Amino acid sequence: MSVVTVQLGQCGNQVGQELFDVISSDAQDGQRKTYSSVSRERFFRQTSQGGKKMRYNKNKAPRGFYYDCCYVGKVLKYFFFFLRVPDFEARAVLVDMEPKVINHSMNRAAKSGRWRYAEASHFSQKQGSGNNWANGFRVLGPRHRDAVEELVRREVEHCDVLAGFIPMMSVAGGTGSGVGTFVTQCLRDVYPSSFVLNHLTWPYGTGEVIVQNYNSVLTLAHLYQLSDALLVHENDAVHRICSQQLNLKQISFGDLNRVIAHQLAGVLQPALTPDSCGAYSGNPLGELVSALACHPEYKLLSACSIPQMASASIAFSTFSWPALLKHLRQMLIANTKMEEGIDWQVRPPPASAGRTSSLTAGGFNASLANLLILRGKDVYSAETGGFEDPAIYTSWLPPAEALSLWKSPVPFDKYEKSATLVSNSQALLRPLDDMVRKAWNMFASR
Amino acid sequence: MTQSVVVQVGQCGNQVGCRFWDLALREHAHVNKRGLYDEALSSFFRNAVLIDMEEGVVNGILQGPLREVFDSTQLLTDVSGSGNNWAVGHLTYGSAYREAIVNKLRKAAEHCDCLQCFFLIHSMGGGTGSGLGTRVLSLLEEEFPDVCRIVTAMYPSAEDDVITSPYNSVLAMRELTEHADCVLPVENQSLVDIVNKISVMSHGAKPGSVLRKDSTVTSGQGSLSPTEKPFDAMNNIVANLLLNITSSARFEGSLNMDLNEIAMNLVPFPRLHYLVPSLTPLYTLADVNIPTRRLDQMFSDAFSKDHQLIRADPKRSLYLACALMVRGNVQVSDLRRNIERLRPSLPFVSWNQEGWKTGLCSVPPVGHSHSLLALANNTCVKPTFMELRDRFTKLYRKKAHLHHYLDVDGMEQSIFSESLSSLSELIDEYHQLDATKARLIPDAPRLSIAR
Repeated sequence: MSVVTVQLGQCGNQVGQELFDVISSDAQDGQRKTYSSVSRERFFRQTSQGGKKMRYNKNKAPRGFYYDCCYVGKVLKYFFFFLRVPDFEARAVLVDMEPKVINHSMNRAAKSGRWRYAEASHFSQKQGSGNNWANGFRVLGPRHRDAVEELVRREVEHCDVLAGFIPMMSVAGGTGSGVGTFVTQCLRDVYPSSFVLNHLTWPYGTGEVIVQNYNSVLTLAHLYQLSDALLVHENDAVHRICSQQLNLKQISFGDLNRVIAHQLAGVLQPALTPDSCGAYSGNPLGELVSALACHPEYKLLSACSIPQMASASIAFSTFSWPALLKHLRQMLIANTKMEEGIDWQVRPPPASAGRTSSLTAGGFNASLANLLILRGKDVYSAETGGFEDPAIYTSWLPPAEALSLWKSPVPFDKYEKSATLVSNSQALLRPLDDMVRKAWNMFASR
Repeated sequence: MTQSVVVQVGQCGNQVGCRFWDLALREHAHVNKRGLYDEALSSFFRNAVLIDMEEGVVNGILQGPLREVFDSTQLLTDVSGSGNNWAVGHLTYGSAYREAIVNKLRKAAEHCDCLQCFFLIHSMGGGTGSGLGTRVLSLLEEEFPDVCRIVTAMYPSAEDDVITSPYNSVLAMRELTEHADCVLPVENQSLVDIVNKISVMSHGAKPGSVLRKDSTVTSGQGSLSPTEKPFDAMNNIVANLLLNITSSARFEGSLNMDLNEIAMNLVPFPRLHYLVPSLTPLYTLADVNIPTRRLDQMFSDAFSKDHQLIRADPKRSLYLACALMVRGNVQVSDLRRNIERLRPSLPFVSWNQEGWKTGLCSVPPVGHSHSLLALANNTCVKPTFMELRDRFTKLYRKKAHLHHYLDVDGMEQSIFSESLSSLSELIDEYHQLDATKARLIPDAPRLSIAR
């Protein structure tokens, strides 16, 4: 089943390009064939026209004659001089109101040599939205509705079976937030029975855009009604991961985007789910949404993954499931996104304590539902009992329902063992409250 | 690719504008070594309108090396000048040339694929620049209401050589307050101070420290005109200001900042749109290792009194909003670190405690490895305006030189008093915001949702 990504605005396009990069290199690294082909089918489509031209006589090539298996393709290429190497085009629609970022992303993708964006899947205008949500939502979105819907429709038609949509955007700017909200609304209207999982990037608390709080609040209010689930990454948290966990001295937006892409790919790459009966799941978005967004009022999801380390250190580290899962569980309840500086003092409150109404009682992060995705060696022996503890969940959902477990025996992104946790919990409450408070203060002045 | 139209009015406006085109050519030539007419370059040229009521300056431009760049359809000149009289510029020439000006503007706008913004450059103290310039501003508002108007206005210093400059400035201020989207005020005295600082530096204040060639913000080296004229150094600074503002629209970067975002983010209330610019670094030393400390120094300098382009100390007054446009090899972590470091010492208004607008452009200016332009909407403009008002009232009380203005057809004394009251209201608004500075404003009560 295939997922169509809609990349909106500068952030959406930059993160999207990194995401496809991670996915394509993960699917290629000498992985098992089924995993690769499921991953490729989910995110890319293969074309032979426009593919890399070989130095053979292409006029002799029979039309539409291509192989999708690397090994067989190499053999044939060697002995038969008339094949074209298949090219992978991302199932993505790129939308922005100004052309520079899209051009940059498309060039970077093409340079990777492994995949590229389709020539005609992008839409841009000459002038941006000016950080103005209203401009994006009310003016530019409706004005360009037909063009964008057409691009999406074409991408959907290339899919054998559509798993759903992932619009990717930031909430601080004008295009990502305004046009992105409008596009999500259109997706809902045109494809009412498809899953829509929005990936959102929240800005730094100390500001990247002065009106970011207005834009964020307006976006989140609308998306909450339109989307099936909102998966959020915060620039602040990702920045801390880069500086303290990965020990990067000079952090660029590219570094932030790579961390986000790594976590997102960890969620979206093929996995075996309880419903998929021994094969890789064909309905990743649907299963994610049904596992986590159990109530329509609770849709905010956050992700964290373990381990996260500089790629140079991976070769020198050993991983064991008990250690990884213990850290991950504490990261969940102490509400931190990285292994450095975990507060081991935070514990779930005892069962006798009543329900507290403060945002986070004693620093403890209660969860509604969790999705734990384990990838790598020995997944079947990993002990996940810690996540089934009723104390970390609310009382009205039994832990057996609240925890979902997906597994994949294939190592992900060079980590021999890795785990990703997507949780529907109180983790995002504090930043959200700050955002609303600042927006309100700005609004209520004078 | 968006385009902007640069309209330069009067002697000062044209001289600054001329430096701007010179430097823009130099920058694009530097970036695009093969000299191909790339997209970024084409986004800028053919988009100039040069207006002056006397021919000397414009003719100078047409005989200089930039003659290839402009053609006669972009020029509008007359012979006798405005006599340092705002009323002549605004009313007499304004009405006489209205059609011609509108036509030229329309032509320049039609050349643009996607017109984003009008840049207006003029001085406030003279006659053509302030009078006709502000007339052009209101014409722009009438004809192109959707396009942003950014005005770079050169304010006279106290020792200006034009006696009636207070009158001209205050009359023009009212137009700017009402019709412009953003104003970047620049004071001649600050430019002089900066130029002096650089020349002290380049004449070896410290032994062994040599300025890198063509790296100063005032240098036009490598540009077309071989000889430097007296005001060139100061005009270069303003030209660099304009280059840096538009850099994100012309070149790519990891966090783009368009021109329409400037007004959107930095102007909280429509009349308070005076943004104090400051530019760093002013020069680069020839020994080119750049430790992080140098980068941090650049950020600190942007908030220091010496680097502001008007004579004011923003750190002592209240910030309503601040934008940082960084060019060159600077990453978001450097930006974050410096914002966190500097934030505690900068007083921000209560409803915008963390309000920063940031932009990162990958291409640095010529001769530097990175640079920073800070635009601050800050109440430190209040003393500047108050001084202007004082100088105006000194003359107005005695009705000195007033008859020259009142002799002009269409000019009435009420225009003077209205301009004065507009300026006073503006000062009042800044004053009220200032008054909130020391007080601790409690958060407004939030809407409470029934549990």
